[in-house]
Amino acid sequence: MRRITCAVNGVQREAEVEPRQLLVYFLRETLGLTGTNVGCDTSSCGACTVMVDGESVKSCTMLTVQADGTEITTIEGLASNGELHPLQEAFRQHHGLQCGYCTPGMIMAGLGLIQSGAGMSDEEVRLGLEGNLCRCTGYQNIVTAIQDAAGQLRQSANLQGGS
Amino acid sequence: MTQVAEQEAKRWVGGGVLRKEDPELLTGQARFIDDITVPGMMWISLVRTPVAHANLTRVDVSAALKMPGVVAAFTGQDLASEWASAMPCAWPIADRVLPEENTADPRIADHWPVAKDKVRYSGEIVAVVVADSREHAVDAVEAVEVDYDELPVVTRPEEALADGAPLLHDEFGTNRMYTWGFSAGEVDRIFAEAPVVVKQRYYHPRLIPNAIEPRGVLVAPVSSQGEFTIYSATQIPHILKTLMSLVMGIHEGKIRVIAPDVGGGFGSKLNFYAEEAIAVAVAKRLGVPVKWIEERSENYLATIHGRDVIQDMEVAATEEGKLLATRVKLLADFGAYSQLVTPGIPLLGAWLYHGPYDCQAYGFECTGVYTNKTPTDAYRGAGRPEATYAVERIMDALAKRVGKDTAEIREMNLIQPFTEAKTVASGLAFDSGDYPASFNKAKQLAGYDELRREQAERNPAAAADGRGKLLGIGFSTYIEMCGLAPSQVLAALKYGAGGWDAATIRCHPTGKVTVITGTSPHGQGHVTSWSQITADALGVTPDDVEVLHGDTAVSSWGMDTYGSRSLSVGGTALFKAAEKIRAKAKRIAAHELEVSEDDLEWADGKFQVAGAPDKTKTIPEIAFSAWTAHALPGDEEPGLSATAVWDPPNFTFPAGTHIAVVEVDQETGSVEVVKYVAVDDCGTIINPMIVDGQVHGGVAQGIAEALYEEAVYDDNGVLVTGNMTTYRVPSAAELPSFTLDRTVTPSSTNPMGVKGIGEAGTIAAPAAVVNAVADAVQAVGVGFVDLPVSAERVWRAIQAARGDGHGDVDQLSEGGAQ
Repeated sequence: MRRITCAVNGVQREAEVEPRQLLVYFLRETLGLTGTNVGCDTSSCGACTVMVDGESVKSCTMLTVQADGTEITTIEGLASNGELHPLQEAFRQHHGLQCGYCTPGMIMAGLGLIQSGAGMSDEEVRLGLEGNLCRCTGYQNIVTAIQDAAGQLRQSANLQGGS
Repeated sequence: MTQVAEQEAKRWVGGGVLRKEDPELLTGQARFIDDITVPGMMWISLVRTPVAHANLTRVDVSAALKMPGVVAAFTGQDLASEWASAMPCAWPIADRVLPEENTADPRIADHWPVAKDKVRYSGEIVAVVVADSREHAVDAVEAVEVDYDELPVVTRPEEALADGAPLLHDEFGTNRMYTWGFSAGEVDRIFAEAPVVVKQRYYHPRLIPNAIEPRGVLVAPVSSQGEFTIYSATQIPHILKTLMSLVMGIHEGKIRVIAPDVGGGFGSKLNFYAEEAIAVAVAKRLGVPVKWIEERSENYLATIHGRDVIQDMEVAATEEGKLLATRVKLLADFGAYSQLVTPGIPLLGAWLYHGPYDCQAYGFECTGVYTNKTPTDAYRGAGRPEATYAVERIMDALAKRVGKDTAEIREMNLIQPFTEAKTVASGLAFDSGDYPASFNKAKQLAGYDELRREQAERNPAAAADGRGKLLGIGFSTYIEMCGLAPSQVLAALKYGAGGWDAATIRCHPTGKVTVITGTSPHGQGHVTSWSQITADALGVTPDDVEVLHGDTAVSSWGMDTYGSRSLSVGGTALFKAAEKIRAKAKRIAAHELEVSEDDLEWADGKFQVAGAPDKTKTIPEIAFSAWTAHALPGDEEPGLSATAVWDPPNFTFPAGTHIAVVEVDQETGSVEVVKYVAVDDCGTIINPMIVDGQVHGGVAQGIAEALYEEAVYDDNGVLVTGNMTTYRVPSAAELPSFTLDRTVTPSSTNPMGVKGIGEAGTIAAPAAVVNAVADAVQAVGVGFVDLPVSAERVWRAIQAARGDGHGDVDQLSEGGAQ
C-alpha cells in the first residue's frame, strides 16, 4: 500500500492505495465520486476522462499512485454555487447528451480542448474528441456545444486577462 | 428550470423545451448501475468458455474457493435446481413453409443461465464466482478449472444447413430454427412473366450494439420474506420482472425491478440475460446482496449481437422500371440460442420489402439458423434496416437495368400521398404518408441536380486519371413499421405478450402533477416529452409535472421501451389518461360553477363558461377541491387521478428520404461522407430538439454500419473483433455533420398523430451510404459493393475492376445486377 495526497475538486485527499489501483477506481470507489464512468477495458471510450493538473486524462490509463501531488477535477467539481459550468450549460442548450453516460468524460475532454487553446473549427474539435466515444448523439451537438462554450470561456478569460 | 424561447398560448407540444433529465447527467449526480452499492454487497464474476463448441467434462471450482475473499463458487450443475424454467424466448416462430400453415413445433433450444454439460458459443457462462470485492472475484475466475471436450464448430449459416454439419442442438436433428414465409398476390406468375427481373444477394454484417454503459445487475434480497429487488441496466424492467418470476419460480409480487439511469441500449438491453438470473439465484442462495458489472470484452461476447443476414432480393418490373412485385429470401444467422425475441427480428421487416413503393405482389421467406456464435437479437432498427437496405440497393440496380436515374426510379414508384390507413401489397395498412414530399424536400436540400452535374464533370476525368476522388450520391427512401404493437397482431405472429402500454396521472392538491409511465427511457428524454404532453393537456407547465418510470414498485404496468414505441404507445396512454382527468375535472368544475357541462369549454388551459370568460376553473383548482372532497357532485370519488392503457389499433409507419453524398479516394479506397441530408416524417412532433437528436444518433450508427462495423469470427468460433480496438465504433473524427429537415404527416393510428423516431436514422443510413459509394465507384467499373464499405474493401473492389489482381475475386464476382 502506498500513501498519496492529491487535491480533488479543491479538497485535499489522503489515502492508502494499492499500487495497482487505477485512478478511476480511486475516484469512484475510494472517494465515491461516481460521476466519472467506465465504459471499456482498452482505454478506447474516454468515459473516464478527468482533468489532472489542467489537462484531460483518461483515468483508466493512470495509476492512483501517479496522481500523488496532483490537482484533479472531476465532473462533480465543475458546477459552482448551483450554477452549471458554461460547458455543462452549453451541452444542455445544444442537446449534447442523451443517455448521459459518456457525458462527464466528453465534457472533461472538451474542457481540456478549450483550455489547450486548440482551434475550434468543426474539424479541429472532432479530431480533438477522437478519444471519446458517444453512441447516442452522433457528436454533432457535442461539437456545437464545445464551440459555443469555447467562445464564452475564452472571451471571459480575455476580459479577465485584460483587466 | 425549463427554459422556453417563446410559447404561444400555453402550448408546449412542439416547442423546444430543454431536457429536464440533463442537470443530473451533466453534474455526475446520475445513478447508473455501477454507481449503486448496498451494505454487505458481494461481487460476481463469471467464467466463460473460450471454446465455441464443446462438451464440459469437468468444471472444478475447488481451487477458486480457496482464493482470497471468495465466499462461494458454482458450476452449472450446482445451480441447476434454481431454475424453474429455461431462459425465455417470447417469440418462438415455427416452420411455416409457403403456402401451408404452421407445420411443426418451434425448435427453440433450452438455454440455461449457466451451461450444464455443453457450451455452444465462445463467451457462454460455465461457472460463477462470488467474492467480497470486484478484484477478488476477477482473480478467482482464473482459478476455476474447466476441461473441454471440443466439438466441430460451424460459424456460417449455409454450412450449418448442409448435411453432416455439426449440430448445435442434437434434439432437433438440424440447425434450422425455422423457415417461415408468406406471399401476397400472384407473385410467382408476375415474376415469370415480367419483362425485367433484377436479383441480387446482399449480406448484412453482424453488429455489436455498443451502448457505452456496459450491462450490470445488483440484487438485494430480503431473505426472510423471499423478496428480491433487482437493479438492472435494462430497457425492460416490467418484462424482466414477469420473466424472472417464471425462470426463478418466485412470486411475481415479491420481485421489484428498478432500471436506474441506463446508459444507452439500442436493443442490447431489451433482453432477459443469464447474468440477471444468476444474480438472483446467488442472492437467494447466499442471502446477501450481489452485484455483477460487465466488462467491455464480456459485452462483446455475452450481450446480444445484431443483424447477420444474407438477403436474396429480387424485383419484377416493366421495361420502364415500374415495380410489379418484390420477393426476398433471408438466411439469418441467429447464433447458438434464441434470446428473448431472436426468431422474430426478421419478421419486424418482413412486410417492408417493397419499401414505400407501389407494387402488386409480394413474397417473403426467412430461414433462421443456429451457429456457434453469440445469439443475435434486436439491435436498433431490428429487421427494418435489413429490409430498407435490400429494397434501396435493388432500386438502384433496377434503375441501372432500365437506364433510369436513381431519383427518377423512385419518383415513378412512390406511393402517392394518403391520410387514412392504406393497405399495401405486403398486406400491411400504412397509417398515413406523403413520401413524395419528403423525397422532393431532400432532393432540394441536397442540391441533387447540381450534384449530378458536378459528378458528370468530375468522375470520368478522375477515373481516366486513376487518381482523385470520385463523387457518389445515394438515396435511401425508407419506410419503417413502429409503435409495437397491436396485441391482436402480436397474437397472430405468436408473440408471447401484448403490445399495449400504460400511464397514470395524479393531480396533487398543491397543483402539481405526477405522471407514472410504463415506458423505460435510457436517453430518449421521455421525462421532458411526457411533461410537455401533460402540460398542454392539463393547463400546467412542464415544470409542474414530475415523471416517474423504471421502477416496477412505482409503475406497476408497462411494456417498456424499444421499437420506437414509447411515444406512440406509452405517450398515447398518457394522452388518454389526461382525457380522463379532464372529463372528471369538467364534471366537478360544472358543479362548482353551477352550470351544465355543456356550457363549459376547454380553452387556454382551463375550463371557461361559454359566454362568461371570467368564470373559469383550472385543473389545479379542481385537484384541490377533489382532494378536500367537501362539495363533490353526486357520487363522484374524491381525488383527481386516472390510469389509461393504450393498445394501438395499428402500427405506425415513419418514413422519409435520406441522401448521402460521398467522395471515394481511388488510391486508398477511403470513403468520406461529405454531405448527409435527412428528411424524416415521424408525424406530429412533441419536442423538435429531441427528435433531431434521435435522428443524429441514428444516422451516426447507420453510417458506422455502412463504413466501419463488422463483428468477425474465425473458423474456430472465436470473435476476432473482441474489443473496442478491433471493432471500430466511430468517434467524432470519423463522422460528418448532418443536414436535417422534416415533413409532418400525422399518423392515423393514434390521436396525437405521432409515429416515432428512435430508429429512423439507423434504418435509412446504411443504404444511402452504400448506394452513394456504389454510385461513385461505378465510374471505375466496379459493379457491386456491399456492407461494410470499408477502405480495404473498396480498394480491393477498385483493383479487381481494373484487373490488377489485388481484389478478392471470390467475394466480388457474385456482384452485378443480373
